[in-house]
Amino acid sequence: MAQLIKGETGDWEIVIGMEVHAQIIAQSKLFSGASCQFGAAPNSQVSTVDAAMPGMLPVLNGHCVAQAVRTGLGLNAKINHYSVFERKNYFYPDLPQGYQISQFLHPIVGEGKIEIDLPDGTVKEIGITRLHLEQDAGKSLHDQHPRKSYVDLNRSGCALMEIVSEPDLRGPEEAAAYLAKLRMILRYLETCDGNMEEGSMRADVNISVRRPGAPYGTRCEIKNVNSVKAVQAAIEYESRRQVDLIEDGKTITQETRLWDPNKGETRSMRSKEEAHDYRYFPDPDLLPLEIDDAMIDKIRDSLPELPDQKKHRFMETYGLGLYDAGVLITERARADYFETTANDRDPKMAANWVINELLGILNKNAIAITDSPISAAKLGGLIDLIADNTISGKIAKDVFAEMYETGKDAAAIVDEKGLKQVTDTGAIEKIIDEVLAENPDNVAAYKGGKDKLFGFFVGQVMKKTQGKANPAAVNDILKAKLD
Amino acid sequence: MSLDIDTVRKVARLARIGMNDEELTLYQEKLNTIMGFVEQLGEVDTDHVAPLPSPVDITLRLRDDEVSDGNYASDVLANAPEQAESFYVVPKVVE
Repeated sequence: MAQLIKGETGDWEIVIGMEVHAQIIAQSKLFSGASCQFGAAPNSQVSTVDAAMPGMLPVLNGHCVAQAVRTGLGLNAKINHYSVFERKNYFYPDLPQGYQISQFLHPIVGEGKIEIDLPDGTVKEIGITRLHLEQDAGKSLHDQHPRKSYVDLNRSGCALMEIVSEPDLRGPEEAAAYLAKLRMILRYLETCDGNMEEGSMRADVNISVRRPGAPYGTRCEIKNVNSVKAVQAAIEYESRRQVDLIEDGKTITQETRLWDPNKGETRSMRSKEEAHDYRYFPDPDLLPLEIDDAMIDKIRDSLPELPDQKKHRFMETYGLGLYDAGVLITERARADYFETTANDRDPKMAANWVINELLGILNKNAIAITDSPISAAKLGGLIDLIADNTISGKIAKDVFAEMYETGKDAAAIVDEKGLKQVTDTGAIEKIIDEVLAENPDNVAAYKGGKDKLFGFFVGQVMKKTQGKANPAAVNDILKAKLD
Repeated sequence: MSLDIDTVRKVARLARIGMNDEELTLYQEKLNTIMGFVEQLGEVDTDHVAPLPSPVDITLRLRDDEVSDGNYASDVLANAPEQAESFYVVPKVVE
């Protein structure tokens, strides 16, 4: 549901389009053989091509092309058989060439679409305008010296995909859901690690406001939004700023603005404006990129099951709800874990254990599911013990905690600790008789109409059996005796 | 088409070339002469001719994704006017 802003003069709708820069997972750079590994010593991964020494020529990395096609297919997009690299001209110390090799009029990937899952349980389709290949710039450090900037060109020339969305997003929540889904798709495809902290996925946000149903307003582009949280905060701030300006009778200037996370505001980057005349032209060092159907088909055949396909399959085959399916498909490893756990078992029970217990404790301890002390097979073993009534659901939680600490099998823990459930109705009946005999006052009160005391009796029976009595049997027998 | 003086000033600024008014007038003339030559190409009818990226019939060569270059920070920094701890050092550029 689109979020509206209440202004002095009525409601306003936020219109957002996103430009996401995703660093391609590759060994070497887009046009040179230097490494793209993150975190190396400054300028150690710079070739003479990346440093823009005279006479150096770019040679395109075939794997990066394949990764872009793969991503395009994952975004349900049209792959262009013909695309052109162009020079985007501007001066900056971390851009030694004086231009970025990018794609402009003829990108490698055209229109596509993805589904985003919103917190209210609805699904919305978001259009993808295009995806193009381009070089990353180097990195400038401004905090090393009072009057100087330090430049590291290791990132210079690494391959990026710029993924541009249609202005289909209507608020901070939708923007966050879009980023989450895009990241998920990229990670499933293994074309980008989606790590916003290390900067391998970065977003520019185009924001405008309008009266619901009116034509688009003038937009501002917000840069430097480096986390999903920052994207949401920047949208909140910027849309409010625009509404206030318009309601004051002023107009919005189309400009690039910088998000300041410390002050929680956007401010104009005036210096960027003049530089916006990029004077694109086809790079004479590179021929047009031609891709044939055979290559596209080969990549299509190698695609994994994508998040949305998996989500729909989980709902259909396992009968899971949208929420549970959505949580389980967030990561491929998580989805695989669930499927191993659910194998030949009650899928809803497996989903509950994975989502509520396992993910709960893993998240609390910041442990990835791939490093879980409890393997999927072992969690399945625990579920088997519940399903065949060896232990109750309540005892199972204690066993689970023990499994997490020790990594032992559920069955071994149940044996060692003697946690096997008492299902022998004779034994349970005997204990119930004891409890009733010990509490004559409460029995009388219950019979006098205090129904709530039923829980008290169940509690007493469980206490005497250390929780091992089968709860269903206790309920049945107790009911028969009291009513 | 001819370039007015403001366009010449803008082009100079975009190219980071400092020019005084006298120089701007001089280069306006020179650029307009060049533009005049180039504009003659407009007389050829190219409506149904596809752009020719290269005069020879070759396709773009692709490289395998292998690390085959780099690891010579001191070489790439050799011509830098200033360096420190293997970084290029430039006047402060910050928004």
